[in-house]
Amino acid sequence: MATVAASPTYTTAGARRTGIMDWLTTVDHKKIGTLYLHTALFFFVVGGVEAIIMRWQLMRPNSTAVSAEVFNQLFTMHGTTMVFLVIMPLSAAFFNFLIPLQIGARDVAFPRLNAFSYWVYLFGGLFITIPILFNAAPDGGWFAYTPLTGKAYSPGQNMNFWVLGIQILGISSLAAAFNFATTIINMRAPGMNLMRMPMFTWMSFVVQWLIILAFPVITIALFFMQFDRFFGTNFYVSAAGADPLLWQHLFWIFGHPEVYILILPAFGLVSEVLPTYSRKPLFGYPVVAYSGILIGFLGFGVWAHHMFSVGMGPIADTVFGVTTMLIAIPTGVKIFNWIFTMWGGAIRFTTAMKFAIALIAMFTIGGISGISHASPPSDLQQTDTYYIVAHFHYVLYGGAIMGIFAGIYHYFPKWYGRKMDERLGSIHFWLNFIAFNLTFFPMHYAGMLGMPRRIYTYDAGQGWETFNFLSSWGAFLMAPAFLIFIWNFFRSKTRGEVAGDNPWDAATLEWSIPSPPPEYNFAQIPMVTSRYPLWDLTHPERMKDIPHSMDGWDEAKLRTGEHVTATGVHEPDVAPMHIESERKSAKELGIPMPNPTIKPLWVAAGILVLFSSLPVMYAGKTLAAFAMMAVGAVMFVGFLYAWLTTPMEDAH
Amino acid sequence: MAHAETQTASHHFTTTGLDNRKVAIWMFIGSECMLFASLISTYLIYKGKSVVGPFPHEAWTNPATGQAFPPILDIPVTSVSTFVLLMSSLAMVLALAAVENRGKPVPPGLSGKILSSSKLWLFMTCLMGATFLGFQAYEFTSFVHEGLTIRTNLFGSSFFTLTGFHGAHVTAGVIWLGTLLAIDMKRGLQPKDAVWVDIAALYWHFVDVVWIAIFTLVYLIQ
Repeated sequence: MATVAASPTYTTAGARRTGIMDWLTTVDHKKIGTLYLHTALFFFVVGGVEAIIMRWQLMRPNSTAVSAEVFNQLFTMHGTTMVFLVIMPLSAAFFNFLIPLQIGARDVAFPRLNAFSYWVYLFGGLFITIPILFNAAPDGGWFAYTPLTGKAYSPGQNMNFWVLGIQILGISSLAAAFNFATTIINMRAPGMNLMRMPMFTWMSFVVQWLIILAFPVITIALFFMQFDRFFGTNFYVSAAGADPLLWQHLFWIFGHPEVYILILPAFGLVSEVLPTYSRKPLFGYPVVAYSGILIGFLGFGVWAHHMFSVGMGPIADTVFGVTTMLIAIPTGVKIFNWIFTMWGGAIRFTTAMKFAIALIAMFTIGGISGISHASPPSDLQQTDTYYIVAHFHYVLYGGAIMGIFAGIYHYFPKWYGRKMDERLGSIHFWLNFIAFNLTFFPMHYAGMLGMPRRIYTYDAGQGWETFNFLSSWGAFLMAPAFLIFIWNFFRSKTRGEVAGDNPWDAATLEWSIPSPPPEYNFAQIPMVTSRYPLWDLTHPERMKDIPHSMDGWDEAKLRTGEHVTATGVHEPDVAPMHIESERKSAKELGIPMPNPTIKPLWVAAGILVLFSSLPVMYAGKTLAAFAMMAVGAVMFVGFLYAWLTTPMEDAH
Repeated sequence: MAHAETQTASHHFTTTGLDNRKVAIWMFIGSECMLFASLISTYLIYKGKSVVGPFPHEAWTNPATGQAFPPILDIPVTSVSTFVLLMSSLAMVLALAAVENRGKPVPPGLSGKILSSSKLWLFMTCLMGATFLGFQAYEFTSFVHEGLTIRTNLFGSSFFTLTGFHGAHVTAGVIWLGTLLAIDMKRGLQPKDAVWVDIAALYWHFVDVVWIAIFTLVYLIQ
């Protein structure tokens, strides 16, 4: 292999499809990222409308705008939607779009599996959302505590949609996680060792591990609930001797890592945004990476702080209180690293930068209120009150969503080749920032005054009126802020200022190629010498403290084999760090690209049919259910075999 | 299948030098560890918590009807199926070696011929996996006849779910290996296909190892 000189001749992809078929059959990570982004923004609107209806109901005491039953569905679906259908998929949009570009790869490790992940997500999202139109949406809270959600106390179809829907979404997350983790481990450009990976890729890498290790636990917890509801098992049936805390433990062993699954991608995004607009390398890069790993580890050891009030005893309470306080250390380290990154930098206050700074400030507030309930005695005063609601919205909206907005404004030019409007962006930022604080800051006070979570209405005279009134108006103000964003987003796709390759003067590999990137991403795979390879070319003065070496080049050249000729001159497929602005087709360059295929979509559809059969069975239509199971199984197995036996690329 | 190994857009070069599929299957196995850890923990947490029998290791008389139930688990029978499943891992190793060594000179004599037959060893692995499943089907049916179903008590729910999940994994493995066997019969698996056999083998060994844990914790420790 080491002396293969001739470049192979490729016959690239047959007919490329166009229009809607192009989207249904795509295996291009950038297009799949686009699908994730738009679908998640759609669900963001759904979850936002649910929130606004709830705030309308809670604006005044004894309101009758919605019934208690509908309110239960609204808060359950708001939480479920925002966690599983908005923040995770928005992160997935960035995993898809960015990871291969940041590590210098031409696609993810398994492009068709990637398409499969998206379709399963879409079908799962619709499966769990559509019942709300029929007043049959899940109504047991986003953490679905048993025995309330067991058949005895929730006999309707509502929770069936939840338990099955989350199961479907878990398949999507797991498939994507194996894919991205493999991509990051195995497809980095020559020279890009772990300590040169962009910080977003680092945080994504940690997140994939969290998904890989945390999702199986919820899968099993869900199977138990499924078996209880559909087959009459006893896992959560107290009368049969079942432990009422089993679900809570299993759920939070998943649920707490899930919190970091939601926040770490946003941490990664702002770690790209802050150095770019501060015109300085990230302060303490290795510490930021290590603290991300530490957060991942500790994240598996703090789950029971969600359960202090159930009476686990002083030892368990103490242990989990201490680990919870410990996890504040790596998180705080990150906050200081970001501040020191800005310190002394020549800061440009673009919209993306404003959102990134907002993340630092707002997440810190959420973090500090979080510390206040790491202590069990203090938590007992706060648990199940609006203080908790305020806390987790400061970390998830003030943290994750702010970071994702920063990422969208920052990466929009790479995604679409045009910039988003900065003036509208600024209006969006300030309106959103004010509305966010107006909504959630008063909740701290309402909670401290004893207002419980999840109540659909309350009596006057308990001191809660003003705070609820303010919170509701804050929520109503978020709607115009989001509409401005949506208008800006869609308008800028076609009418924004043309961006060029590197409009922000950023430093990582994705900015060394044209915007939007060609389907093969890199005509020549760059050989990376440092953490900020583009600044090596454009701003060497910023790079004096950054370690450089040619580590890995020789090894990489040897291992690729094909790229090394007998005389040791490498083939044009790999080249020293450079900027590509020329745009040729994959065919002209002889780069083999995977063929588009619709099979992953059909496999996903088979899974949807299989899962849909269970509510049909629950309704007593056993025969129809078995028919659906048969059809679903045939679709799943048949298309899976067709997929696996079809070569991904044309013969070469 | 001929070109299905071209799973990556940029061929040949990987950072670790390992095939992408191999990296992915290791992570999948890591994930599966958490899956079975959750199942086994639940079984152990619920051990002795059932309010009615029958029980795994103790006899039980229903106070309402006076009906007597013997201990449910039959360790000798399951020991046999456990042995069969463990031996299937040996066959799996031989199958992989046979595929990897195809094209190299076959050692002389009958044993050389037998050892180099990937078809034989893939078939033996499938057969032993299927035998294990047969034992499990027999075990499940006889337990139901003895009065333990998945609905009876916590032992029934957690036992059938845990061993059922393991059985489902064995079933998937048998189908997977059967598919490889069909491909081998059709066109012959070559050393370049070995990674397909390799990842199936890793999965198969994992399923075996999990069974060792289940057999010890559920059957042997009383």
